[in-house]
Amino acid sequence: MDITVQEFKHCDMITVKGRVDSATAPQLAQALESANDGGKYKLVVNMSDLEYMSSAGFRALLAAQRNCKRYNRGEVVLASVPERIREALELAGFTELFKTFDDPLQAVGHF
Amino acid sequence: MKTVQFAAKFEYLDEIREFVGTIARDGGFGDKDVYNIQLATDEAASNIIEHAYEKIADGVLELSCGVKNDLITIILIDHGGSFDPSEIPLPDLKADLSDRKIGGLGIFLMRKLMDEVHYEVKPNNSNVLTMTKRKR
Repeated sequence: MDITVQEFKHCDMITVKGRVDSATAPQLAQALESANDGGKYKLVVNMSDLEYMSSAGFRALLAAQRNCKRYNRGEVVLASVPERIREALELAGFTELFKTFDDPLQAVGHF
Repeated sequence: MKTVQFAAKFEYLDEIREFVGTIARDGGFGDKDVYNIQLATDEAASNIIEHAYEKIADGVLELSCGVKNDLITIILIDHGGSFDPSEIPLPDLKADLSDRKIGGLGIFLMRKLMDEVHYEVKPNNSNVLTMTKRKR
């Protein structure tokens, strides 16, 4: 798994590549927490090159969404969610908790 | 049926997914089924590593997998604490953000992704989790 963070004027984009499972989810959680620690609560998680995500990744996203939405200070949105991952998120009832965008820049434009 | 043993550590999840993925693909399962079989096996193995072997450092996870007559069977055996998936309450998928529980999601996914999930505690301190899925 590989994570890169890009700063935009109104939000940060966290691009996750590769596979997120119980071994790598802590790194994703850490990246999301670091953004929050830096006062960034409007976050785009770009999944265009994400191959796989287990419930360990879903939990990291849920924790971040809770923290970002607190005091109405922001939110986590998902961009370019691959079909298989979207199906699993749907099964877990997570698609109602996150706005999703087909395109990362469209997600950036949301903020 | 092929069998491999893994040290019960998260770092082997990649190999665990690859092992069942290869057998499923060779057995004629399509991309979507292969992904879901890998996800269910990952969730099962993660639960064993995290819960069954919570207090045991050098746990071993035995994984068997095979396809016969359009049915894939995956068996995970551990010798850690017993952990019956059927006793874990299902997550409330309609709960809003603040009430959403973090636990139980892996087991919920296993049950949804596979046709059958069966858990058995054997007298010789083995926990046997069997999952099956039929080709559509």
